[in-house]
Amino acid sequence: MSAISDIVNAVNSGASSVRTQVEAALARAKSAQQYHALLALTETRALERADEMDERRARGENLGTLAGVPFVVKDNYLAFGAPTTAAAKILENFNAPIQATVVERLEAEGAICIGKANLDAFAHGGSTENSAYGVTYNAHDRTKVAGGSSGGSAVVTALDVVPFALGSDTGGSIRQPASFNGVYGIKPTYGFTSRYGVVAMASSTDVMGCFAKSAGDVELIMKIIAGRDEKDMTTLPDYFVVQEESDPPLKIGLIRETMTDDVDPEVRSITEEYVERLTKAGHTVEEVSMPLAPLALAMYYIIVPAEVSSNLARYDGVRYGRRAEGVKTLAELYGRSRDEGFMTENKRRIMIGSYVLSSGFFDAYYLQAQKARTLLINQFNELFSQYDLLLTPTAPTPAFGVGDNVDDPVKMYLSDVMTVPASLAGIPALNIPAGVSHGGLPVGVQVIAPMREDAKLLAFAKAMEARS
Amino acid sequence: MSTITTDDVRHLAQLSNLQLTDEEIAHLQIDLGNILAYIDQLNALDTSGVEPTYQVTGLENVWRSDEVQTSDATRDVLLALAPEAVGNSVKVPQVL
Repeated sequence: MSAISDIVNAVNSGASSVRTQVEAALARAKSAQQYHALLALTETRALERADEMDERRARGENLGTLAGVPFVVKDNYLAFGAPTTAAAKILENFNAPIQATVVERLEAEGAICIGKANLDAFAHGGSTENSAYGVTYNAHDRTKVAGGSSGGSAVVTALDVVPFALGSDTGGSIRQPASFNGVYGIKPTYGFTSRYGVVAMASSTDVMGCFAKSAGDVELIMKIIAGRDEKDMTTLPDYFVVQEESDPPLKIGLIRETMTDDVDPEVRSITEEYVERLTKAGHTVEEVSMPLAPLALAMYYIIVPAEVSSNLARYDGVRYGRRAEGVKTLAELYGRSRDEGFMTENKRRIMIGSYVLSSGFFDAYYLQAQKARTLLINQFNELFSQYDLLLTPTAPTPAFGVGDNVDDPVKMYLSDVMTVPASLAGIPALNIPAGVSHGGLPVGVQVIAPMREDAKLLAFAKAMEARS
Repeated sequence: MSTITTDDVRHLAQLSNLQLTDEEIAHLQIDLGNILAYIDQLNALDTSGVEPTYQVTGLENVWRSDEVQTSDATRDVLLALAPEAVGNSVKVPQVL
C-alpha cells in the first residue's frame, strides 16, 4: 500500500493531472477544517506550480519521483506561499525569504506543498494546545488532543488530506502525535536530515522527519530528504541506503522501565500484543533493563530549555517579526515584544534555560545533565551490543483530553517520557501504529535502532507491515 | 535548593529579556518551582569522572570553501521583513 506511488503512477500515466491532485488535496483540507490542523493553505502557489508541472509533462518532461504528490509542512518550516509563524504571535507576519532545504528537495522531485500545519508555538509542547492560533484536535476524537508538537502534520496525514507531512522532533514531537493519531512517524538519526530553514528549538537534538500511513512511504520520503547539506554543517554524509529486505530473525529488547504500572494498562497490553506479533514473525523479543531511562526526562528538561533560551534570543522584534507598539526604549522594545510574542510555555522554557545556564547553577544542572547524557548513551550502546532493535510504547497513554494538562507543565512533559531517550542519544526511532484503545484511540509502539540504522529500521517496519 | 522567589523570577525574566506582568510572575513562580523540583532528581545520579556529551555523532571540523554565494535573501528582501526600516538600516527606538 503506497498512497504516494498511487498518485505518482496516476500522474505519470496521464490518468490524472497534477492540478487534479492538488485541487483534491485542497478540497480535503477544507473539509477537515473542524480539526484545525492547518494554519494556512498555500493554495495560489500550489495551483501555479501544478499548472506549470502539467505543462512540463505535456512537453514530455519527467516530473520526478514525487510527481504531483501534495504534502503539508509543519509551520516551523520556512516555505513559500504563506507566512511561517511557528504558531507564535512574534512571527505572525513573517514571510520566509528562503525555503528549508528539505522542502526544496521535495519540490525538486515534483511534490507540492499545499499548506502549513499547526504546532505548539516554537515546537514547545506535547499536545498542539500551546499554539497562538488555537488548538488542533485529534483525528479520531475531537475531544482529545492531537499530541505534539507536530500535531497538525499528524492529523492531516491520519485524515488522508495528504499522503505525507513533514514534522520536526526534538524530544518526541513526531513520534508522540503519530502514536496519538495512528500513523507512522520517524525521528531520523541526528544529522540525517538538514535543519536549514527550520525554526531552531534545541540544536543538539532537533531533527526533521515525516509522517505517512505506511512504512514504505516514510522510506520513500526519507530517501529524498536525508543526506548532507552544505547549509547545515551538522548533516552527515548520505548513509540512508534503502534496504529491500529486512533479515529476520532480529533480536529485540523490550525496555522494562517503559512498561511499569505508571503506563496506561491498555497501552501496555497493546505493546504486549505487538511483541506477540514480532515473535510470530520469527523475531526474538526479550525484556531488557535501561535503568537511566526514567531519568532521561529530567536530563531533557535541563538540556533542551538551555538550548531553547539561546535559540530564541534572536526573536527581539527588531529585524523581523512582530514588534510591540508604543515603546520608548530599545530594552522596552525587546522585553515587551518578547512578552507579547511568546506563549507561556515558551517563557517557561526560556527562563528555565536562563536558570540552568546561570552562574552558580551551571555545574549543578547543565553540566550534570550532559554527563548523565553520556551515561544514557552508554546504556544504549550496551543494549545495542546484544540487540538489533529496542521496543517501548511511544507514549504512556493514548491521546488525553483537550485541556487536561494545560495548567500542569510537568504532567505535560511526562507525555514525552518514552521518546526523549532516543533524542538525547541522537539515534533513530519510529512510531508504528499498533492498536486501538477501547475508547477508539490509536496506540503506537516505538522501535529504536542504533545510530545510522534508519534504513534497517524502516526495512523491519515494512516487513512487519506486510505481515499484518 | 529549588525554591524560587518572585525576585528570582524577576531576575530570570531580566536575563531572558522578558517584560512580564505581575500576574505572569505569580504563575511562573509556581510553574518554575515545580519544573525545578522535577529536574532536581538528577542530582542524585553519580556522574563523577564522566565526560559530558555535547555532540552525538562525532563530527568535527566540517569545512566548506570560502566562496561568496548568491541567495534569494537579498538586502531588500531582508529589510522588507523589518518592522521599521529607513534606507538601508533597521530603525529602533533610543538605546539609552
